[in-house]
Amino acid sequence: MFDGFDALLLARIQFAFTVSFHFIFPAFSIGLASYLAVLEGLWLKTGNQRYLDLFKYWLKIFAVAFAMGVVSGIVMSYQFGTNWSVFSDLAGPVIGPLMAYEVLTAFFLEAGFLGVMLFGMNKVGKKLHFAATLMVAAGTFVSAFWILSVNSWMQTPVGYEMGENGQFLPGDSWVTIIFSPSFPYRLVHTVIAAYLTTAFVVGAVGAWHLLKDKTNAHARTMFSMAMWMAALVAPVQLFVGDQHGLNTLEHQPAKVMAMEGHYHSYPDGAPLYLFGIPNDAEQRLDYAVGIPHLGSLILEHDPNAPMAGLDTVPDADQPPVFLPFWAFRVMVGIGLAMIGIGLWSLVARWRKRLYDSRLLHKAAIAMGPSGFVAVIAGWIVTEVGRQPYTVYGLLRTADSASPLDAPAVGASLLAFIIVYFAVFGIGTWYILRLMRQPPQTGEKGVASTERGPVRTAGITPGPHQKDAPAFEPDDGLHKEGE
Amino acid sequence: MDLSLIWALIIAFAVFAYVVMDGFDLGIGILFMSFEVGDDRDQAMNAIAPVWDGNETWLVLGGGGLFAAFPLAYAIVMPATYPLIIAMLLGLVFRGVAFEFRWRDPGHRAFWDFAFSAGSLVAAFTQGMILGALLQGIEVVDRGYAGSWFDWLTPYTLLCGLGVVAGYVLLGATWLIGKTEHGTQDRAYRAAKRWAVITLALMAAVSLYTPFLEAQYYSRWFEMPYMLFASQVPLLVVIISFFLFRGLMKRHSWTPFLASLALFLLGMIGLGVSMYPFIVPDQVTIWDAAAPERSQVFMLIGVAIIMPVIIAYTAWAYWVFRGKVGTEGYH
Ligand code: HDD
Ligand code: HEM
Ligand code: HEM
Repeated sequence: MFDGFDALLLARIQFAFTVSFHFIFPAFSIGLASYLAVLEGLWLKTGNQRYLDLFKYWLKIFAVAFAMGVVSGIVMSYQFGTNWSVFSDLAGPVIGPLMAYEVLTAFFLEAGFLGVMLFGMNKVGKKLHFAATLMVAAGTFVSAFWILSVNSWMQTPVGYEMGENGQFLPGDSWVTIIFSPSFPYRLVHTVIAAYLTTAFVVGAVGAWHLLKDKTNAHARTMFSMAMWMAALVAPVQLFVGDQHGLNTLEHQPAKVMAMEGHYHSYPDGAPLYLFGIPNDAEQRLDYAVGIPHLGSLILEHDPNAPMAGLDTVPDADQPPVFLPFWAFRVMVGIGLAMIGIGLWSLVARWRKRLYDSRLLHKAAIAMGPSGFVAVIAGWIVTEVGRQPYTVYGLLRTADSASPLDAPAVGASLLAFIIVYFAVFGIGTWYILRLMRQPPQTGEKGVASTERGPVRTAGITPGPHQKDAPAFEPDDGLHKEGE
Repeated sequence: MDLSLIWALIIAFAVFAYVVMDGFDLGIGILFMSFEVGDDRDQAMNAIAPVWDGNETWLVLGGGGLFAAFPLAYAIVMPATYPLIIAMLLGLVFRGVAFEFRWRDPGHRAFWDFAFSAGSLVAAFTQGMILGALLQGIEVVDRGYAGSWFDWLTPYTLLCGLGVVAGYVLLGATWLIGKTEHGTQDRAYRAAKRWAVITLALMAAVSLYTPFLEAQYYSRWFEMPYMLFASQVPLLVVIISFFLFRGLMKRHSWTPFLASLALFLLGMIGLGVSMYPFIVPDQVTIWDAAAPERSQVFMLIGVAIIMPVIIAYTAWAYWVFRGKVGTEGYH
């Protein structure tokens, strides 16, 4: 099996598969960690029980999502060595330290305080517990900082010297390396993406429970908070994304040509294509539907500005067009839809119909998973659009791979696919079941009908617990919390 | 002292911290299926639940540190042990999610208990085999791995795999002795005795096998003047074993765990004696594999500042969840 396959292609598919799966969880846990910190902070400040209830409600979900983020992330830290060993050898001196800093400053922070955040409420007191929650939230952000710094350096490499053995060596300033030209844009855009992703999940859960019972105060709070995020942050994302694109045009023009479907140069103003089927073989966009001059207007702020196309890039240096072109449209489309929901919620709020508009609630439910689709689409634009390089312009993907045989990579790819779909599929199912429970007053949290081990039973009584008498609390070992 | 050596020590420390901390988690995981459903299993979970994530992070530091400080070694070892690494990661996936999933779904708890146990076993066994594969030698040509993808499978690596499994079980059982009470504790004492014997037997077997793998190992252990130093290691093993068994007989709470830790430490020292200064035996020294000074210095600053903080709050987290799990719970 797999003998006829190309080991490089399999390695790329494996990396793309594992990292895409991984990123689904951070996209949610970065946002959710901050949301939890906000809820706990509001509770401490106002003393309003509802915030504590919501905190406990989402904490259960966070615990499951975080566990999946951790295990899929551990896989990632070894994927570099297993699949891209030549790349690791050559780029290790530059990006290795950044990843080491991620472990030191982020992963330990998250992991160290997670236990306290999840089960320590009654052990350490409110203030210290809040501090632990803040630390976990900070950890997820710091983690995004470093890993995006690594990725951005690979996209827009600066501040390096070439070693004799072909290695990239750090130049004299690490600041230059960490803050490579695309990094600020990528960091802001990705973190906002994570917030939006979470907001739409929270909004969908709130809307779902409002549809069933529009008097549920907890569902109202949740929904309202989420809609504020949509209304305020989604437009910011449009702006940031635009700036990100302008930056990309400067540093990776071929990627923008692929995103725009510009196979040809347009000496007197490029169109913005809304639709088209990229045809790499013929180097043209089939069935193209476009608005003349709008492309130049957006990218150059001048409708008649000339724009170069892929015909100016040697064939061997061109990225494939289909994926970046379509993934970009999916992402931007979702971004616009998010803005739309945000505006709609403002109107509904103004007309005092935020909690009554069933249509709005249904739309919010439909948009629940949209953030995940958008972030994956965004990464596909970014990663496929920078092909054929791993270190842009300097090291080709084909020269980065490990010396592995196709059967080894193929078999492990198959194992990853089976295990990930099974395990994370089931995990997602558990999360959905938790979300199906309406949030309520006196939400069971850390101090609840513990029947078991701290780690989860304590904080996250399963939906089945009520009807699972086989696991009655035993002998008072797992006693009620204070 | 030169930077590469410092980095080799830091990574050795990370690996040791990992082995010690996640070792007892995995050991408990391996024993898990032999515990009775209900109280025994719940107490065992209680003993590790709040700390496993932090423990596992040391593995990320070990891997990440190797990537950063010795990229060439990372680039050689990972492809050389590819199937083992993948199996280890998948094992860790199962045992990691089981912590959560087990409680989410009582209907399938039996399955997740099994996944927890099997995942722990696979992770432990493959970690031992990776170590064995490294020690027995890796074929390197031109900065890259040049062997085939099944070179790692030999009787020696299987023996190392078993050794690590036994050692982790011993750590797990002795940790449970310290953390539990009553019936659960009694059973932990019994398991610890059994696995102490097995661990020492396998340690002896690996130690006798290793020197004959490479001329360097042989000279380190059996030729003067190295032998004067090296022979202290087995001597200490004998002394520690004595304390281990005495602690188990007299039913001390924590000496068995500490003695087991000491055994692992001696194992690491033994490893250092054999391998130094190679990071890929007989092929790549720590200086060959080293990242440039700028990379190592930059990270060293981070380690010097942050590591003490990490150790402090890790200790705090353990402190928060101190005490017997049985009587107090963590709630
Ligand atoms: C923008 C955010 C982001 C991106 C692009 C990535 N990650 Fe990630 N990662 C996180 C954000 C994150 C996080 C939010 O910090 C996680 C999610 C759950 C968690 O525990 O931390 C995490 C967990 C996580 C862990 C487990 C940490 C632990 O033990 O607690 C590892 C080893 C990695 N990641 C490694 C990687 C690698 C090698 C990546 C790239 C190839 C990567 N991550 C992409
Ligand atoms: C987490 C979100 C990410 C997603 C969804 C993602 C997606 C992808 C995809 C789809 C590919 C395959 C492209 C192709 O083969 O044509 C790829 C390749 C790659 N990405 Fe990413 N990526 C992500 C983050 C990162 C990060 C943070 C890094 C660096 C630290 C990174 C480094 C790489 C490397 C080294 C390759 C291999 C070369 C290649 O085949 O393109 N990726 N990624
Ligand atoms: C609203 C209009 C949006 C625009 C104009 C936009 C623009 C862009 C551009 C140009 C890139 C590629 C940058 C590069 O590779 O150089 C990108 C990447 C990305 N986008 Fe968007 N985006 C928008 C909305 C969104 C939304 C709503 C999300 C998710 C909720 C999202 C998530 C991402 C992610 C995760 C990446 C990959 C990481 C990165 O390079 O920043 N984007 N976006």
